[in-house]
Amino acid sequence: MAGAITNLTDSTFDEEIGSASGPVLVDFWAEWCGPCKMIAPILEEIADEQAGSLGVAKVNVDDSPGLAQRFGVMSIPTLILFDSGEPAKRLVGAKGKPQLLEELADFI
Amino acid sequence: MSVTSRQVVIIGSGPAGLTAAIYAARADLKPLVIEGEPSSTSDQPGGQLMLTTEVENFPGFPEGVTGPQLMADMRAQAARFGAELVSRRVSRVDLSERPFKVWIGDPEAPTPTHLAESLIVSTGAQSVMLGLEAEQRLIGHGLSTCATCDGFFFRDQEIAVVGGGDSAIEEATFLTKFASRVTIIHRRDELRASKIMQQRAFDNPKIDFAWNSTVDDILGESVVTGLRLRDTVTNELRELPVTGVFVAIGHKPNSGLFAGQLDMDDNGYLVTGPDRSTTNVDGVFACGDVQDHTYRQAITAASSGCMAAIDTERWLEDLH
Repeated sequence: MAGAITNLTDSTFDEEIGSASGPVLVDFWAEWCGPCKMIAPILEEIADEQAGSLGVAKVNVDDSPGLAQRFGVMSIPTLILFDSGEPAKRLVGAKGKPQLLEELADFI
Repeated sequence: MSVTSRQVVIIGSGPAGLTAAIYAARADLKPLVIEGEPSSTSDQPGGQLMLTTEVENFPGFPEGVTGPQLMADMRAQAARFGAELVSRRVSRVDLSERPFKVWIGDPEAPTPTHLAESLIVSTGAQSVMLGLEAEQRLIGHGLSTCATCDGFFFRDQEIAVVGGGDSAIEEATFLTKFASRVTIIHRRDELRASKIMQQRAFDNPKIDFAWNSTVDDILGESVVTGLRLRDTVTNELRELPVTGVFVAIGHKPNSGLFAGQLDMDDNGYLVTGPDRSTTNVDGVFACGDVQDHTYRQAITAASSGCMAAIDTERWLEDLH
């Protein structure tokens, strides 16, 4: 999925994450969250640059509150990196691109 | 790698920095605005307004405007006149000689990222936290720095807001859209907030007050379960069960980058003026909350940004 960002919902999450061939970074966000909007373009860049090694997906917490609850998301943006279908790393709060890439270095 | 010198570099992109950028761009100074990097505190592109909801006191918006929208519009206005904006954070400055040196990324890099004939500092201020050990453990797990981001997760829950100023009252009022009860914890027995904000809080049936109280500790191992409060009069401790805590106890200026180079007062605010945006370094100007401990409003930040751009333009004219 060359750089495309998938939108995941309560009904598609398990299948998409379970069948992913590599790590997937999932962004829990909402329309009304300023910091979420600020990191959106950064995530698009990362999705493009890391296409093939890292998948990027989004969960809108308004549309899928069940997923937010299931993964204990109480603050957005929260980024959770899923490796082999399991949460492997969690980043709470907006961050700049260099800092994000540094945090994700073990997975890309 | 050779670095060309800019006429003016603006550090920070709140109302002060972007107003300075609009004026400097219209004066054909081709400003570079180094906006900062995203964060979930107010130290970020767009500044403190990025974490607010409705702004009701900015002239020209009779129906109000949201903070993020106002900042997006200011940014677009600056860009329209040719300001160049980069979403990176300045890591170091050297103001010892002109052109001034500005680094982004590795502060130890031998070559600065940018050179500037003049510099406008508009780095703003960021929220102060309580300074408790529990904060590191519980941030994002019930402790929040952004009511507009996180209020949603506290639907029908009992939560607390710490502080007594306008931003605390605004957050508390906003949070009653979600929470079943919001307790405002304030160390005095009266609020600092403006009268209209106070009345709004007093009239809201979901808002309670814990007067004369400070937060002794935030309770909970993996998620917030409550607060231990200390009565500032009797010194007695008591527990308040809450699942969420929002802190709005004040701000500190983002002036650390300039320590030892620009004059600042005991609280870290840059010293400017009098009645000017000048600093102790010729060619460096400051505006907005990083130098304002008195007014701290979006409109005063914008007006001081305008002053800084005009001061800079005149200074550059005298130079050449």
